[in-house]
Amino acid sequence: MALKFAFYLAAGCAGCEMALVDLADRLVDALEHLEVVFWAPTVADVKYKDLEKMPDKSIDVALVDGAVRLSEQEHILKILRQKSKILVAFGICASMGGIAGLANVHTKEEIFETVYFKTYSTDNPEGVVPQTKCVVDGKYELTLPEFLEKVKPVCEVVEVDYFVGGCPPHHEHVAKIVEAIVSGNLPPKGSWITDGKSVCDVCPRNPASKGEKREFVREVKRTIEGVPDEEKCLLQQGYVCFGPITQGDCGASCPKVNIPCRGCGGPLPGVKDFGARAISAIGSVLSEEAVDQLIEKYGNLTKLFYRYSLPASLLGGRR
Amino acid sequence: MPKVGVYICHCGENIAGAVNIEEVKKFAEKLPDVVVVRDYLFMCSDPGQELIKEDIRKGLVDRVVVAACTPRTHEPIFRRACEEAGLNKYFFEMVNIRDQCSWAHWHEKEKATEKAKQLIAAGVAKARLLEPLEDRYVELNKDVLVIGGGIAGIFASLDLANAGFKVYLVEKSPSIGGNMAKLDKTFPTNDCSACILTPLMVEVANHPNIELITYAEVESVEGTVGNFRVKVRKKQTYVDWNKCTGCGACLNVCPPKARVPDEFNEGLSLRGAIYIPFPQAVPKKAVIDPEACVSCSGRWFGEEPRKTKDGKPILAPCERVCPTGACSRDEPRDPNGELIELNVGAIIVATGYRVMDKKNFKEFSPDSPNVITALQMERLISATGPTEGKLIVPSDIPKYLEWKKRVEKGQEAELDVRKPKVITFVSCVGSRDERYHTYCSKVCCMYMLKQAMLLKEKYPDLDIYIFFIDVRTPGKDFDEYYMRCRQLGVKIIKGKVGGVQRLPDERLLVRGFDADLGKPVEVVSDIVVLATAIEPNLDLRDLARKLGINIGAEGFLKERHTKLYPVDTMTEGIFICGCAQGPKDIPDSVAQAKAAAASAMSLLAPGKMKVEPLISEVNEEKCTGCGICVPLCPYGAIELVEKNGRRVSHINEAKCKGCGVCTAACPSKAITLHGFTFEQVLAQIRTLAKGGVVE
Repeated sequence: MALKFAFYLAAGCAGCEMALVDLADRLVDALEHLEVVFWAPTVADVKYKDLEKMPDKSIDVALVDGAVRLSEQEHILKILRQKSKILVAFGICASMGGIAGLANVHTKEEIFETVYFKTYSTDNPEGVVPQTKCVVDGKYELTLPEFLEKVKPVCEVVEVDYFVGGCPPHHEHVAKIVEAIVSGNLPPKGSWITDGKSVCDVCPRNPASKGEKREFVREVKRTIEGVPDEEKCLLQQGYVCFGPITQGDCGASCPKVNIPCRGCGGPLPGVKDFGARAISAIGSVLSEEAVDQLIEKYGNLTKLFYRYSLPASLLGGRR
Repeated sequence: MPKVGVYICHCGENIAGAVNIEEVKKFAEKLPDVVVVRDYLFMCSDPGQELIKEDIRKGLVDRVVVAACTPRTHEPIFRRACEEAGLNKYFFEMVNIRDQCSWAHWHEKEKATEKAKQLIAAGVAKARLLEPLEDRYVELNKDVLVIGGGIAGIFASLDLANAGFKVYLVEKSPSIGGNMAKLDKTFPTNDCSACILTPLMVEVANHPNIELITYAEVESVEGTVGNFRVKVRKKQTYVDWNKCTGCGACLNVCPPKARVPDEFNEGLSLRGAIYIPFPQAVPKKAVIDPEACVSCSGRWFGEEPRKTKDGKPILAPCERVCPTGACSRDEPRDPNGELIELNVGAIIVATGYRVMDKKNFKEFSPDSPNVITALQMERLISATGPTEGKLIVPSDIPKYLEWKKRVEKGQEAELDVRKPKVITFVSCVGSRDERYHTYCSKVCCMYMLKQAMLLKEKYPDLDIYIFFIDVRTPGKDFDEYYMRCRQLGVKIIKGKVGGVQRLPDERLLVRGFDADLGKPVEVVSDIVVLATAIEPNLDLRDLARKLGINIGAEGFLKERHTKLYPVDTMTEGIFICGCAQGPKDIPDSVAQAKAAAASAMSLLAPGKMKVEPLISEVNEEKCTGCGICVPLCPYGAIELVEKNGRRVSHINEAKCKGCGVCTAACPSKAITLHGFTFEQVLAQIRTLAKGGVVE
């Protein structure tokens, strides 16, 4: 019997859905075991009422990608939760807030001020800002979802059974997840679906894999400064790489193409606050001068260390 | 369910004076899992400890929280009490409500009480999560390294060696003896310094348990207590010490252009590039100072000698006169000397001090040769000094040396030197002065009195003035010494010297203020002696960094605890003594050296050492082999190893000191610091964040 399957895109870019589609022929094989009952708003045309009509717990597995930014997303998530046996926060936005979550460094008012008034390309002479309700022609009441005060990870709105990192999750990792879902071979509820290794563990640049000893980092570089050596550990070269702190289910795809790990994979199991752990780990291996350089070169360290996890962090007010 | 007992100490009035014990008691009784709360006047006293033991023995409690003073001094005491009563001693948690509550908030008693409650709540929160741990034992290497061969290093070495411990004594200069060897007499008994020091130096050199390594410096230190690996660089002597007999034939043939100020005479005379520091040096061996040597024969070591017209090799004068061939330049020599490695269980640092240079004090005309430091005065009056102890004005020393040279050559010569009539001493030069050092150098008052006394006894007609801020003579027989000095007619002036002016006839005009007269005074002097401050050696900071021990704000080595652990450092197995720890006189230096030796002995004598199990451990399942922890470990205890085909981090238990750096940095939280687990620490933090509510 095919599993009833749902996919919902909240405040995300649909990249995670692309990652699923990237499975190509393997997805076709998997679809034999899956019956798609809901895939909105990207694939199927579904209304609120269609979802509301479904019997409770009738969906076997629901994947959610994207964070929670609007009241509508909260609403749909609550219904989806009610209808689903298993709900997976799929990708780092759903799991921790993701890039969109960096908005939490600013207030809602600041964001509106910038978006609707201040940017160079804005032309808004009447000073219109999003309203939740407006009446057109004196008789048609139109509504818009509310822009929430803060971006939230999905788990702050509804209970999440599994978390998946990645921006987006690597297709090989997605293949394993789909296989796990289809075969029912899932870890205890509340866990991340990961093999638990760090990016460093799978990275060919790791000094230990070459029998070398890791050393203190003496100089910090931004990625715009020079071209990194293609063999050496990026962190050792001074590029801030979150490989040690990040789940390595991606197979170290960024370091393999000379880009430092940004931490999209999410924290290793047992770590609650990605940024705090990253500061502890990266800060420890920097020499004193390098710490000063780091502070000088990066205008906003919160956005560096919490690039994908601010809403789920202690800072982001998750709790 | 754990049964927590909370024991609150009054510490006499120390805690109870600010913290309302009754209120705290009532609060603690309501905390979860707390079954007993008791208070006592001095919990660390025998009856106090008995309260705890009794409750453990009766099975009333199985977790103990003591709210008292600092764990630094008292944690071991209470842990032992728990152990004696049959409880694993790591089921104990200490809360410091003295330093953090009563002392810090003495005038805000309500706040002090509130803070005590919260800290106790946090302690209880942690105590509920404590785990039983077992002590470990590590083997100790029983050999000791003593760094510095002055009086402190000598005594520490001798005490250890006499007790049967093997000692490596490393000294920077070619001879041991240190600053004391430069002194003429020593207060308060006026013993001749050389007479009491040199026999000890010989004893060190001949002692079967002491390996003397002079002209050498510590290059690096690895390892920890019981197992230090020390690299020592033996500097290049350029003289074959196996052949050198210390005859001194080479000393006088070194040409004038290779002569430099003599360190032993504090620059009052010159020495050759090849030199023996002083006649009583131990070991009595010559070295060549490569910076001063001008290679007067035209060749450096290992080079072909130049030849005379008839084909004979031209040898350097030192090479020529050496009866044993120790100065031969035939073989090349490595300018970096030789690196040796020592394995020791403990290290004693006794690197001494230096005196401040007079050049720092422009107001005292330091360019005048007749303005000298007190240590130069010692050389001037010493029988081994530049004038063999004849008192003349320092500006005439060159004349004296010239005269001596002629007499030695059998020529007739007349000695035309000026003898001083007036000598003025200036105290606290660079000490007790915010511009330089705020501390008191401790020995200056006494040595000025000593020098004045020695001079006055020998030359009763001499006028001696000593300007003091105040005379500090606490110490056995010290004030009597001062009174004797006054009785001899030394003029003690209470007041500061504002300036010294150099007069055309090389005399000096001292302008001071006499606080008793309330008037400025002027003294025309032949010699002005500056009691310049005792300072840390320039390379002390560097050495401390290599050893991993602390330096105080004033620049001297910092002891673990001023009163209770005065010769220990924060690094176990490393002890300090003598002036490297702070200015002090010879009796104090010797006492401290003996204390350091005794401390090292009591550490090493059992051959093994109990080590607290509060160390870090890697969960190999969680470790992802990133290697971040490896360079962080200050003790070199971590390495990556292969386990079941995976690369994981491994902590060497014997080396780990439980500092927690790796635990904090581990990106995957795979490292646990026992005694301070994440759960325990977070429980404390949560409790404090909730204002004392234990979840």
